[in-house]
Amino acid sequence: MPQDDNPPKPEPVPFFQRMLDNPFLLLFIGVVVPTVFYILWGIMEIATIPVAP
Amino acid sequence: MTSFLPPSERIWWKVPVGKQELVWIGIALVWCLFMFFMMPYWHLYGKQNLSNEAYQTTPAKFQARVDAMVEQFKVGEEAGMPVVRPPAGSDVYMLGRLWQWYPILELQKDQSYRLHLSSMDWQHGFSLQPVNINLQIVPGYEMVLTVTPDQAGEFAVVCNEFCGIGHHTMLGKISVMEN
Amino acid sequence: MARFRVCPDAGFYFDKSAESLMKVNAVAGVVSLLVAGIMAVGVILTRWQEVHLLPADLFYQALTLHGINALIFWIIFFEIAILYFASSTLLRCRLAAPRWAWFGFLLMVIGAVMNNVAVFQGKSSVMMTSYAPMQAEPHFYLGLILFAVGALIGCFVFLGTLVLAKDDKTYEGSVPLVTFGALTACIIAVFTIASGAIILIPTYLWSIGYINHIDAEMYRLVWWGMGHSSQQINVAAHVSIWYLLAGILFGARPMSEKVSRGAFLLYILFLQLASAHHILVDPGISSEWKVFNTSYAMYLAVLASMIHGLTVPGSMEVAQRAKGLTKGLFEWLRKAPWSNPVFSGFFFSLIIFGFIGGITGVVMGTEQINLIIHNTIYVPAHFHATVAVGTTLAFMALTYLLIPVLFRRELFLPQIAKLQPYVFSAGMTLMILFMLGAGTLGVSRRHWDMDFTGAALSFEYPGTAYVMMAIAGIGGVLAIVGGAMYVIVTVGSLVLGKKLDASAGLLQSFGLSLSPGNYNVEIAEPLLMAPKLTVEEHGSAGFEAPGTFVLAMALLVCFVVYYFINWDYLASVWPLS
Repeated sequence: MPQDDNPPKPEPVPFFQRMLDNPFLLLFIGVVVPTVFYILWGIMEIATIPVAP
Repeated sequence: MTSFLPPSERIWWKVPVGKQELVWIGIALVWCLFMFFMMPYWHLYGKQNLSNEAYQTTPAKFQARVDAMVEQFKVGEEAGMPVVRPPAGSDVYMLGRLWQWYPILELQKDQSYRLHLSSMDWQHGFSLQPVNINLQIVPGYEMVLTVTPDQAGEFAVVCNEFCGIGHHTMLGKISVMEN
Repeated sequence: MARFRVCPDAGFYFDKSAESLMKVNAVAGVVSLLVAGIMAVGVILTRWQEVHLLPADLFYQALTLHGINALIFWIIFFEIAILYFASSTLLRCRLAAPRWAWFGFLLMVIGAVMNNVAVFQGKSSVMMTSYAPMQAEPHFYLGLILFAVGALIGCFVFLGTLVLAKDDKTYEGSVPLVTFGALTACIIAVFTIASGAIILIPTYLWSIGYINHIDAEMYRLVWWGMGHSSQQINVAAHVSIWYLLAGILFGARPMSEKVSRGAFLLYILFLQLASAHHILVDPGISSEWKVFNTSYAMYLAVLASMIHGLTVPGSMEVAQRAKGLTKGLFEWLRKAPWSNPVFSGFFFSLIIFGFIGGITGVVMGTEQINLIIHNTIYVPAHFHATVAVGTTLAFMALTYLLIPVLFRRELFLPQIAKLQPYVFSAGMTLMILFMLGAGTLGVSRRHWDMDFTGAALSFEYPGTAYVMMAIAGIGGVLAIVGGAMYVIVTVGSLVLGKKLDASAGLLQSFGLSLSPGNYNVEIAEPLLMAPKLTVEEHGSAGFEAPGTFVLAMALLVCFVVYYFINWDYLASVWPLS
């Protein structure tokens, strides 16, 4: 229970905590990271396999 | 109580982390990094690596290569399949199809070969037994790797990717001769 | 109109529509698990070569049904129930868009039934992976697509409920850790379903003849974005359940919110990359891609799992020590409620997931070591440790908690329930260990006949491989008995269990709400922040949970030793380059 009688200026929430409290930001990075590193990079790998001579 | 309640501190990010957790995170991180660098290390100093050399191909194109090798180096027949003895150091081919590995190869011990693998139809699994080397064989792609058999004897190629009702009959063979 | 009921035992606030949706999703999950379990009989008794129960066609059919029902339908139905619990119930918030949630559930049921019908009809025995260019009937793929769309709706209902709870200020501060873990599962689910859509929709069009070619390697890549990530939803979900059960059983509080949430963040970022574990011996993909993805970006998601492995039992130890169980390293553990299936299920899930599932997973996911493991029966052994014990047993433990709390029934045959986690874990562990051994000897997965009857050539596995598969068979049968005990207790409780509320009838067990009088709270009391920590240190030398630390070091030693054994084994096979 915060017992502040008059909290004039609550301590600002640190950046990382704000990030972890933001579900849509997390959703965004959680989809983008695997899409870029796994799916897109992987598709490029397959697409650039040379044709057999 | 608190795993299903909001954290007891409004700014929980700044609550100091206990010593025990810090020590464990440190140890675990070192181990994780070690395991990570073990893979590139093995590429440089280990002997079992895939080259990842591969080509896009077609069943017809790959079959033509296999047939050319069979015609040139065939030395006999076994179980209705040609036995092929290509020269050491050469390109050797094996194809997977419903439900056989074709042809039978005869290789020499301690010699290197460029082994080309592909599938004519569905996906197959190249599982060399009892050595236990396992590769995924995908139609439309030709995989190339340099193998150096270091044991003599007869080895089976089991198909270990499900390929329909006859999957369990799909066996191939590689014989390795002493020099 | 009043919409909440307060559970008199646990104090949870159940929103009327969320309550019904949790029930129907959980029940649909258990039905899927039942189908999977029945099929498991056929699978394990066929792989036990001396019994060799089914002919080849029925074996592959049973294996397909077993895989899809256990790995997709059971867990995802149950996870949707968990998402609604972690949002609506834990945050004391009404469920956002209940009509959409019902629509999603309907799609999931239709999809699951359609897919099962396709396989039962016999022309879609293509395994869970349905690797193109092997083709199933169109409704096999369509069923999966409908199921996935339904699950996606469930994810968005969860996210919507989080927004609603924040706007209505139903809670103070940040969401609880369990809800954060559920969010992690939801995020991974969105990626999973997106990958599924990218690959299954074209595959469906191909099966009806609209597209004429599906590239087999592209299929593998994207399919595993779904197939493996779907199992990572489980990891996030069951870790959250571990935290929840430790909290409910022991009043445990996370050792550090920052550390536990940071570990979940590492899951969000990197866990899905492990889909690459299936692509390590595929043609033509560079080692850079393989090494980066298979290691979840330098094993940072493994680090996260190792952190949870310390903090979950650690939080429990701290709570137990605060109650005075401070003797030696392990009094807190010895005096845990071992006869409560909620605890034993949770704890076996944790231990077997970590010691067997985790270690084998990392070892086989090492780029080069995968050469000696890919597609051998080692692989299903690994994922039975992670999914069949780690996830499934955690969900079973949660079920024993939910039957009184959510369904308002007493456990039916509590003695059976008490034994169930022991039987199930013992059977699974036996099966897993011997399947790992057989896989090391090269026995292949998804294979009807170790004798290769009818093959033109011949090959014989060593006798030990047969012995190992037989012992695995015995373990599998025991595990199925344990699974059956779970279904008997669960279904028995829902139908015959003593009612804890007069209106908890049969229909109420399957989704109908209790009598209106129960829902007498219009606006829930806001959820306050947890009370501040007042207990003093009970461990030694700044180590609050020394017993857990010893367990963690034991895990690390097993991990290191086993890791090098496998490198040594790899070094003995033919040189390849």
